Amino acid sequence: MLAVGFAKNRPAIIALAIVLVVFGVMPLIGSSYQVSIANEILIFALLAMSIDVLAGYSGRTSLGHGAIFGASTYVVIYWTSVMGGSPLVAIVLGVLVAVLVAAVFGLLASRVSGVYFLLLTLALGMIVWGVALRWTSVSGGENGLRGVGRPEWLTNPIVFFYVCLVTVVVMSAVIWRFVQSPFGLTLRGIRDSESRMSSLGYGCATHMFIAFTVTGFFAGVAGALYALFNNFVSPSTVQLSQSVEGLLMAILGGIGTLFGAFIGAAAIILLENFVSQYTARWPMVLGFMFIATMIFAPEGVLGAFRRIFRINKKL
Amino acid sequence: MERRHFLKSTGAVLTATAFGTLAAPTILRADTAPIRIGLMTPLSGVVAAGGREISEGFNLYWEERGYEIAGRKVEVLIEDDAGNPDTALQKARRLVEQEKVDFLFGNLLANTGLAVANYVKDTGTPYFIPVIAADDLTQRQRIRNVIRVAGYTASQMSRPLADWALKQGYKRIATIGQDYSFGHEQCAGFAQVFTEGGGEIVEQLWNPLNTADFSPYIGQLADMNLDAIFAMELGADATRFIKQYTDFGLKGNVPLLGAQNFTDQSVIRTLGEECEGIISSAHFAEGSDNPETQKFVENYTQKFGKMPSLYGFSHYSGALWVGQVIESLNGDISDRDAFLDAVLASELENSPLGRPVKFDGYGNPIYDIYIRKVEKNADGKYWNVPIETYPQVSQFWTYDPEEYLKTPAFSRDYQGMKK
Repeated sequence: MLAVGFAKNRPAIIALAIVLVVFGVMPLIGSSYQVSIANEILIFALLAMSIDVLAGYSGRTSLGHGAIFGASTYVVIYWTSVMGGSPLVAIVLGVLVAVLVAAVFGLLASRVSGVYFLLLTLALGMIVWGVALRWTSVSGGENGLRGVGRPEWLTNPIVFFYVCLVTVVVMSAVIWRFVQSPFGLTLRGIRDSESRMSSLGYGCATHMFIAFTVTGFFAGVAGALYALFNNFVSPSTVQLSQSVEGLLMAILGGIGTLFGAFIGAAAIILLENFVSQYTARWPMVLGFMFIATMIFAPEGVLGAFRRIFRINKKL
Repeated sequence: MERRHFLKSTGAVLTATAFGTLAAPTILRADTAPIRIGLMTPLSGVVAAGGREISEGFNLYWEERGYEIAGRKVEVLIEDDAGNPDTALQKARRLVEQEKVDFLFGNLLANTGLAVANYVKDTGTPYFIPVIAADDLTQRQRIRNVIRVAGYTASQMSRPLADWALKQGYKRIATIGQDYSFGHEQCAGFAQVFTEGGGEIVEQLWNPLNTADFSPYIGQLADMNLDAIFAMELGADATRFIKQYTDFGLKGNVPLLGAQNFTDQSVIRTLGEECEGIISSAHFAEGSDNPETQKFVENYTQKFGKMPSLYGFSHYSGALWVGQVIESLNGDISDRDAFLDAVLASELENSPLGRPVKFDGYGNPIYDIYIRKVEKNADGKYWNVPIETYPQVSQFWTYDPEEYLKTPAFSRDYQGMKK
């Protein structure tokens, strides 16, 4: 039984073991700044994975997950700094709000696919951004909200890093289990042929709604971690570019590979932070990297790796 | 020897990180090691033009000094904050934790500055903000190690202009401003003083950032039977507003008053005669006949082919100010507390302003503020010429600071107006 479980989940176990080892030794060898970068990579990998569930496994590309992520960040910061509440309650509330926002998005977007889904999620995300920008008395408008810092036991960046690492790895395992479940299989069915799935008696819209709401939970957890990490939130956290960045991370790592998100997040965040030291035109480098990826490895880094690996095995 | 210095200074910084403050004795820190300054400025994104002027002005000072002060070398590390608070935070973390800079400088947009200020609140790194004007950073949410060297609060500059407008006999004025906190605060400073002096703010219009067409706003303003208009716009919005205000035939009929950025060089250097005659208020006027100001303007123009904007001027003066403090401490800034105290107690001398400047009790400078008029100079370029001076204006105007701080912060809904 155990052996069967291992064989079935082998890719996930291997991938997460690698993540645990690679990120786990970071604080031992890296400076506090490098640890903070690794921390950010973890948080964004979780966001990218939540997008990948839709983009890779359900064939729906969402441009609204940055807003769901940011909604959670806003709630956590608002609850701790303006209301003076406890951080744990704040995290619960933040994730709850993210799920709620995702449910509303899902309700509206679950019946459409393709470019309509893309545009609808984009528009919904823009609404969240607009609210954050305009509802000055609550969101602080353009200036954003400043947090009060992490709770005492989390102040140490190394402790916080390991808490993030454990959370993200556990969440990744849950997402993996989710996409491998019978429910996850129906999502792949919808991706491959929606008409066949509905003729088989599956309520495609309901399934998409549930999938969207569940991904909202993961994006919300990432957003809550980001609130604790950054201790600051402004409309730029919920803006379109946040959604796009999450999507690009998923694409770069490999759509439908789930754990490619770690590679994608690492590539983009490292590029942002290290290339910018040498040139102010780092967004151009990022652009070229995407073009190269799309030409030489359209299935993403992890996807390409898998392909090469399989070919070798056949030989 | 090099290695020993490195070990010593690293040790000191590590101790500092471990205990939160720099409690280590000053002898641990090698005084001949370079002073490292982290400058954050938007080099990409929508405000990149202003961002470049920040780095030009800042580096101009250090170049004049040969990147050396009080016998120590100076290293300026420039980072692009992309006009985005999240990026600014990343960059601040890198500069403080990885590059171990002695202090931070810069940022342009208020939200980037607020994000970094919140971060340095915990690290204690001195952070100097010549351009970040958000009122509360030196008011209700003051952070000790965040100091506005050669900077200003948003509402500070527009108050004398309101007083001047009252003296001109203007009774009915409408304001138009960009709909974000920098706009709200500047309009509020004007509206508060103007209404308290018996004037009437007929209407307050707010346009979103990057308004492509001002005709709906200008159409409304034209129908209000106004004595004058107060406009708070910056960048491309200011250019468009001034052009359309002229096109609609309001120029010459309704006087136009502006916040300091409205007629800044970054705006009027691209404009022709449509900007002539606009009145604004600021601590710096490139058209002042003060010899120190003229020397600076000539130097800057020669080097960069354009007259200095507020961004360039403020960062040049900010660098000068902190540079003078470092000299007065003989280059020893290892004791952060002493360094901050010295900055707060210091006075800016020999600056392009041509007059000494010092801080109020809240880390914000007190300036002689000019009422300026845009005029054509001998080279046929437009610049701001002072026509009147309000001496020693603090961010609290004529109010008692403690009483003032009990009132709410300015926002779109609260403009401090007397009903």
